[in-house]
Amino acid sequence: MLYAAAITTFFFVGGAAATLIRLELATPASDLVSAETYNKLFTIHGVIMVWFFLIPSIPAVLGNFLVPLMVGAKDMAFPRLNLASWYLYVLGGIFTVATLLAGGVDTGWTFYTPYSTMFSNGAVLLAVCGVFVVGFSSILTGLNIIVTVHRLRAPGLTWFRLPLFVWANYATSLILLLATPVLAMTLVLVALERFFYVGVFDPSRGGDPLLFQHLFWFYSHPAVYIMVLPAMGVASEIIPCFARRPVFGYRFMAYAILAIASIGFLVWGHHMFVSGQSLYAGLVFSLLSFLVAIPSAIKVFNWTATLYKGSITFSAPMLYALGFVGLFTIGGMTGLFLASIALDVHLTDTYFVIAHFHYIMVGGSVMCYLGGIHFWWPKISGRMYPEGWGRAGALLIFFGFNLTFFPQYLLGWLGMPRRYHEYPPELQLLNVFSSAGAVVLALGYLLPLGYLGWSLFFGRKAPDNPWGATGLEWQTASPPPKHNFRDIPEVHAGPYGYDPAR
Amino acid sequence: MNATTPLWALPAASDTASRVDALFLVVLAVTGAVTLAIFAVMAVFAIRYRRGSPAQRASPPTQSRVVELTWTFTPLAVFLCFFAWAALVYGSFYRADPAAMTIYVVGKQWMWKAQHANGRREIDELHLPAGQPVRLVLSSEDVIHSFFVPAFRIKQDAVPGRYTAISFTPTRPGVYRLHCAEYCGTDHANMGGRVYVMQPAAFAQWLEQGPSGASLAAQGFELFRRLGCSGCHDARSSVHAPELDGVYGRTVHLADGRTIVADEPYLRDSILLPKKDVVAGFEPIMPSFQGQVSEADLSALISFLKSLQPGGPSGK
Amino acid sequence: MATIPLASAEAGAERARLGMWLFLATEAMFFGPLFFGYVHSRLADSAAFASGSHHMHFWLGTINTAVLLTSSFTMAISVHGKERIRGTLGLTFVLGAAFLLIKGYEYGSEIPEVLAAKGAEQVFYLLYFAMTGLHAIHLLIGLGLVAWLFLSAHGRRAGTPVEIVGLYWHFVDAVWLFLYPMFYLLERYSA
Repeated sequence: MLYAAAITTFFFVGGAAATLIRLELATPASDLVSAETYNKLFTIHGVIMVWFFLIPSIPAVLGNFLVPLMVGAKDMAFPRLNLASWYLYVLGGIFTVATLLAGGVDTGWTFYTPYSTMFSNGAVLLAVCGVFVVGFSSILTGLNIIVTVHRLRAPGLTWFRLPLFVWANYATSLILLLATPVLAMTLVLVALERFFYVGVFDPSRGGDPLLFQHLFWFYSHPAVYIMVLPAMGVASEIIPCFARRPVFGYRFMAYAILAIASIGFLVWGHHMFVSGQSLYAGLVFSLLSFLVAIPSAIKVFNWTATLYKGSITFSAPMLYALGFVGLFTIGGMTGLFLASIALDVHLTDTYFVIAHFHYIMVGGSVMCYLGGIHFWWPKISGRMYPEGWGRAGALLIFFGFNLTFFPQYLLGWLGMPRRYHEYPPELQLLNVFSSAGAVVLALGYLLPLGYLGWSLFFGRKAPDNPWGATGLEWQTASPPPKHNFRDIPEVHAGPYGYDPAR
Repeated sequence: MNATTPLWALPAASDTASRVDALFLVVLAVTGAVTLAIFAVMAVFAIRYRRGSPAQRASPPTQSRVVELTWTFTPLAVFLCFFAWAALVYGSFYRADPAAMTIYVVGKQWMWKAQHANGRREIDELHLPAGQPVRLVLSSEDVIHSFFVPAFRIKQDAVPGRYTAISFTPTRPGVYRLHCAEYCGTDHANMGGRVYVMQPAAFAQWLEQGPSGASLAAQGFELFRRLGCSGCHDARSSVHAPELDGVYGRTVHLADGRTIVADEPYLRDSILLPKKDVVAGFEPIMPSFQGQVSEADLSALISFLKSLQPGGPSGK
Repeated sequence: MATIPLASAEAGAERARLGMWLFLATEAMFFGPLFFGYVHSRLADSAAFASGSHHMHFWLGTINTAVLLTSSFTMAISVHGKERIRGTLGLTFVLGAAFLLIKGYEYGSEIPEVLAAKGAEQVFYLLYFAMTGLHAIHLLIGLGLVAWLFLSAHGRRAGTPVEIVGLYWHFVDAVWLFLYPMFYLLERYSA
């Protein structure tokens, strides 16, 4: 719960930066903010949203709460470690806020060298410290989830009886554990280089800037899967529940999660098709990028098939989940354009890429985070949220999101580069659409903040299992007692024992 | 870009652009059709199987290996086609026509500087003849930049400390936008300009205008003497140093047994990091010129070395 | 519904062991960019790395390798011992501390050479200090853990805490076994 509060705060700080960016881009000229301010805004937006919202959101807020419940355990394997990881998160957050107070940083969230090491005047060291510390928070969360899933499953809960949400968090944790330390050390090297003026990344001192890109993306591409896999897990819980039938192809769904997590480690070079890496490296990364799209495609098909012969109610969580499937499909399909290496040459570093990853991260992760918050809100808070408001919020966000980001695909194709505070005037119309959408989206996000906060105090008391769901988490009280279950449950069947006829 | 360009049409002004566009349209058609199909199926299911509808729901399928494998391998086959096509197009960006005109482009916070073979220089502008294959050799004096001309559908990073190159043939005369696409600091958004694709005759005329000076290779020869390179690399020199006539494109045997083709990156490294790739049979005695030559000097020196072809025009 | 004694000592030990192994996997990846950077930079300019390696104190490095390996041995005895493991734990601590003292002396004597370095040799030194420095920080943490075992009740007999610290200690030693040839022996096989 501590996590939920802290993460919500950062989400709105990052969101405020995004809103300012879009307002500046409503006109082609630079009028609202200066170039320096603009560069600091998109940097802080990226840093906060990636490391302080998207990565910890579902694993830390929902995962820490739900994984022990779903495996029938009293708590996480290392409860004190869990608290430690929260403190690290806050410490990292303090560094980031200090960065803002020290005048901000203008390197972009990617910290590309040699700009970040030798040329930028911003508070790079502080920002790097913040990300470094919050990285350890992620690692501890991941470690905790893995040990919990391995060691604390209730009797009878075999691997292939685990809910897909647990599978997704397990795979995510593996990535957190193996990729995050690489980022941490890479940032240490950036700091050393900036501090001592000696470095492995600076060509004028015998280094190579492409080395930085390889190391950075070795973390940051898997990080995309850190953000979206838990979202897939949430959708895989909500859709069967509100379609009242078992998820289609459970085993393939679980295998797909593992496939995404492992192939995801091998595609980092697709961020570097125009960087000057070798032609053949580019081709291999392009092929692997197509391969990683296949398990995602399987998942979309299976979610769709899960609706077949169901008995569907359109509650707020279901609206979020279906919205997620739609947006994720668009995001994934446009990913194929970027994996097609010759198209990527034109589209990379333009708004096409911006739109693509916002469809995956905002359309994917944020939709599912909100869907999950609504779905488990009764369990977490012991109160019901107002359903009418919930549905209105889901629809508003879906509409605002598409209005914001769909025009950006077109802008990208027309060649508007990213990280521009000024742009050619003929592109203004699309930018105005996008900025208007951002305002709708911002209102959409404020809505749940309002009514969920209201329901915390005045909402109807929630029953133990308001959705008639089958997961273990619904078999205990709302909110759960201190040790989750009065008696450790025993499991005799797989998850999703729904029957649409009833 | 022309002010008259309609919003939806990005001009296709090079051979690369038409190849990329064809691929784009096919990928768009296929993914668009599949996306719409998925949405349609979702919508049909959502309406037909809404709670309380009279639809038949007996024994919903929970798994089917045949179905799963179908929608695993069908996308795989489609993806492999996309991959192969895209790879072919990508390869063409880096295969230079032997008759290609080489232009050196240097990125610097926050401007693009270009050097033509005859010595003409320009800043934030690039003039090109239509129908002539062009090869751009890019480098940077400070941070990473990226040379992006949307109308050509090409983009290539300019990385400090190394050369990158990209090839294309401009086809349609006109004025097009030039951008920096890799974030490079405060004025990143203003680092750009115009590319002018001209009729060959008009281009030849343009090339002759402007301050008349020595050709790039001749400037290189001047540097070659001034920096003392000729002291060792001259055939009559007493110092034992590799012969440079016809060095460009030659296969060089190195002291540690490797062989390497003497392309621009190799020549660049040999000037800046001479101890890296020592030629077989020579002592590693050459001093490094790192920090003594600018990017513009380097392009002149390399142009000069390239001009030393047997029978080619020599700067001497 | 059955109640399972999850809090049993063996279950706790299992959890701790798995947790430590996972942590060591993270640690290995943490060192990863340094190793990768080393390989990459050395391929780019092997001559500079060879000449940098000439400045290393070969004998100090070798002695330190022996010291550290011996400390691993005494640690292993502590883990597998039954009672009265204080002696071997103490010895482990002393050997670890000796390693750090020698390393510290070595660092001090290298500073003038570092300041004189140019070009890719600077990269060699940066990696040398970063990697051995990170290793030394890990060893320092290891020393703290061993001291804690020594002073607390765990020092009286081997158990899970000793085993967990032992895993960590061996990991830190194993890292050094890579660092030693990478920096000290380089000149000897690149002629």
